[in-house]
Amino acid sequence: MTARRGIRAFSLGYLAIILVAPVGLIFWRAFEHGIHPFWAAISNANAVHALKLTLEITAVVVPLNTAFGILCALAIVRHRIPGMGFVNALVDLPLALSPVVVGLALYLLYGRDGWFGHWLLGHGVQVLFALPSMVLATTFVSLPFVVREVVPVLREIGTQQEEAAATLGASALTTFRRITLPAIRWAVSYGVVLTTARSVGEFGAVSIVSGGIAGRTQTLTQYVQASYENFDQTGAYAASVLLAMLAITTLLLMTVVRRGDRSS
Amino acid sequence: MAIEARNVTKRFGDFLALDDVSISVESGSLTGLLGPSGSGKSTLLRVIAGLETPDVGEVFISGKEATAVAPQKRGVGFVFQHYAPFTHMTVWDNIAFGLSIRRRPKEEIHARVTELLELVQLNGLGKRYPSQLSGGQRQRMALARALAAEPELLLLDEPFGALDARVRKELREWLLRLHDEMHVTTIFVTHDQEEALEVADNVVVMNAGRVEQVAPPRELYDEPANPFVMSFVGPVNRLGEAWVRPHDIEITHEPNGVAQEAQVERIVRLGFEVRVDLVRDDGERLHVQLTRNEAEVLELAPSDIVYVRTRVERTFNENGEPTRPAPSSVS
Amino acid sequence: MPGARKRALGTPALGSGLALGYLSIIVLVPLAAVAAKAADGGWHHFWQVAWNREARAALELTFELAGGVVAINAVTGTALAWTLVRDEFPGKRLVNTLIDLPFALPTIVAGLTLLALYGPTGGIGVDVAYTRWGVLMALLFVTLPFVVRTVQPVLIELDRDMEEAAASLGAGRFTVFRRIVFPHLLPALLSGVTLAFARAIGEFGAVILIAGNLPFKTEVASLYVFEHINSDDPTGASALAMLMLVISFGLLFAVGALRRWATRHDR
Repeated sequence: MTARRGIRAFSLGYLAIILVAPVGLIFWRAFEHGIHPFWAAISNANAVHALKLTLEITAVVVPLNTAFGILCALAIVRHRIPGMGFVNALVDLPLALSPVVVGLALYLLYGRDGWFGHWLLGHGVQVLFALPSMVLATTFVSLPFVVREVVPVLREIGTQQEEAAATLGASALTTFRRITLPAIRWAVSYGVVLTTARSVGEFGAVSIVSGGIAGRTQTLTQYVQASYENFDQTGAYAASVLLAMLAITTLLLMTVVRRGDRSS
Repeated sequence: MAIEARNVTKRFGDFLALDDVSISVESGSLTGLLGPSGSGKSTLLRVIAGLETPDVGEVFISGKEATAVAPQKRGVGFVFQHYAPFTHMTVWDNIAFGLSIRRRPKEEIHARVTELLELVQLNGLGKRYPSQLSGGQRQRMALARALAAEPELLLLDEPFGALDARVRKELREWLLRLHDEMHVTTIFVTHDQEEALEVADNVVVMNAGRVEQVAPPRELYDEPANPFVMSFVGPVNRLGEAWVRPHDIEITHEPNGVAQEAQVERIVRLGFEVRVDLVRDDGERLHVQLTRNEAEVLELAPSDIVYVRTRVERTFNENGEPTRPAPSSVS
Repeated sequence: MPGARKRALGTPALGSGLALGYLSIIVLVPLAAVAAKAADGGWHHFWQVAWNREARAALELTFELAGGVVAINAVTGTALAWTLVRDEFPGKRLVNTLIDLPFALPTIVAGLTLLALYGPTGGIGVDVAYTRWGVLMALLFVTLPFVVRTVQPVLIELDRDMEEAAASLGAGRFTVFRRIVFPHLLPALLSGVTLAFARAIGEFGAVILIAGNLPFKTEVASLYVFEHINSDDPTGASALAMLMLVISFGLLFAVGALRRWATRHDR
């Protein structure tokens, strides 16, 4: 049994060193001098704007990726289009791809000489260094989550319930609304939680396409970096703690959804 | 609602599920589609329901062509082998589904669902979820759900296959009674010949995508159209050219005329039926069925030497067609 | 079958079309732009740019660090999974939830936390800022959950009977692990390791603060790409980015193949 204790000490020790201690320290540093400096740090204009911008982007990205995620999952599971393997790979790619490659891709596409950028700028539509490109970048990186959660559930429930509904007279839309959607609701919820967390936490791709102008095109994650590099450690830690609290909320929601799924 | 399928052929990739199948089902009848796995019976049922479209051939419902009509519009009630319950809805909502789709008034739905719960003996379980029901209860719910919108055709795909033996027997009787009361044209698929013979007015025997024979149960058993049907519908002994049912073999202790010698290998007593396995002196094995009384009279024991004689034999020619049965003999 | 089912269930091909269109606009077309830029000027030019000294050093460093990270994760990830499945202690459920923290926490925050504790202002006498060790730790942070989460379910499902049978036949604890348990864990372990590798190769946010981006010293591939975009050299950035894209695809393919290999007995 000492082997088990030994493994426990080893693994928990590793966890403490790599994960728990550093994150714990940030909380300590942020609230070291009381809640006042923390509050002051996150209520300055730039920080507030950064938070609002992050939430705005998330508010667009999450519904988009949820709706299209469900459609993609249906297409992947129910329709044997040739090349489905490639589509699957496209959906999974954002998980394996560096965010800087994503940022670069959008930078090339929507820049002055880009395939789309040239035409769009000519018509007065600003994509790079503005909200649209930030939304596109965040959409790319958070695309897989809803799809990947829904696909296995769709596969498992099979088509029998939908066929039953058809024989009972339900149209395709009604079947989707009353049979398919309820069957995948927990998978969708879990996917939404993950998508939201990823959107809020996006940094690399957005850094490249947004320019990070404080008070204009700077998300909360970019604010953390900018503050640190401007020697405003308090500001950086405060914003980090805020983001960490959002992350912890995400973890709690994940647990709640998982439990809700298991009990249904 | 009379159903007719004409020259239906259906392929799944390389696999030929239905090969030029034509059947005709009388309105109000109870028809069984019987056959081994892969015989195409479920596919045929699904084609009739509109859940599959045939590559070749037509389906007629009440005389009108329905081959391309969507399942929603066919007025068909379908019961799946694994029930396909709407797991996130209560039993009540499951049964009410077809009616709520048709936007019937609340009172009507309430009345009808209550009536059906009573009919399938699930009263009081309306608020439960399918996962809280037993297999037999779930199947009754699936039936109630299919019947709720008063379909003119009821299709059941191996409805009792996933249940244990006792529940199966109960539900079989129950289906018969239901059919007697409601007279809905019913077609059910099964691989269990006992079930088909017990329940159906008319049986369609299928094999490898083709129809082997269509006949009422008695005719199927007594006058099988070919060797496949004969051996599928009941146990059979092959003695050279002759096909003999186990209960058509007579055992005696004394040779009388043409009887042949055989040795008793095994005796199994199954209540009313007694099965005797014998070996003839030419090595051929025989399986004989006796009633309890017959067995008692004979007082058989393993290793006894006895004499066997066939009462009825069937023979088939090279095309699998029946030829006139030879007079009782030993071959 | 698909044709018939479509008619029966009425699922519109429109939905699939929309889905594919969405995927194209969001994912496919932008990546095509990278490929186009990288090939701009021809293959020869591509290799010249992609294979300059700095890029090569960045890629080598990236692979080295990712390899190290993966080796460490193989051990620590399995140990963590083991502790979570086979051990009991107060707070186990909390620990289990914490494992997912690197998935939920923004990468820039992850990097900052490590810098705060193990950097110049940490106060514990350790300073890995601007060193490869720092980058390694950042990568260990973000890849922590991968191996744990792929190995855990396999351990949970593992039939203890096999281990007990082996023990009754005289096998010691380590032998049981080596010959009975480990072979079952191997596919999941490889899966987790491949995912961790893919993540480590591309990590940016966690690394940027702690690395300081010193070329040839702490400049990993993602930082190289970033620098070259900022210094208005999109071609140089694209060349390395294209390589990273191809590697990512390859790793995805490897994970899929591993999954098929792992479930070969289940079919």
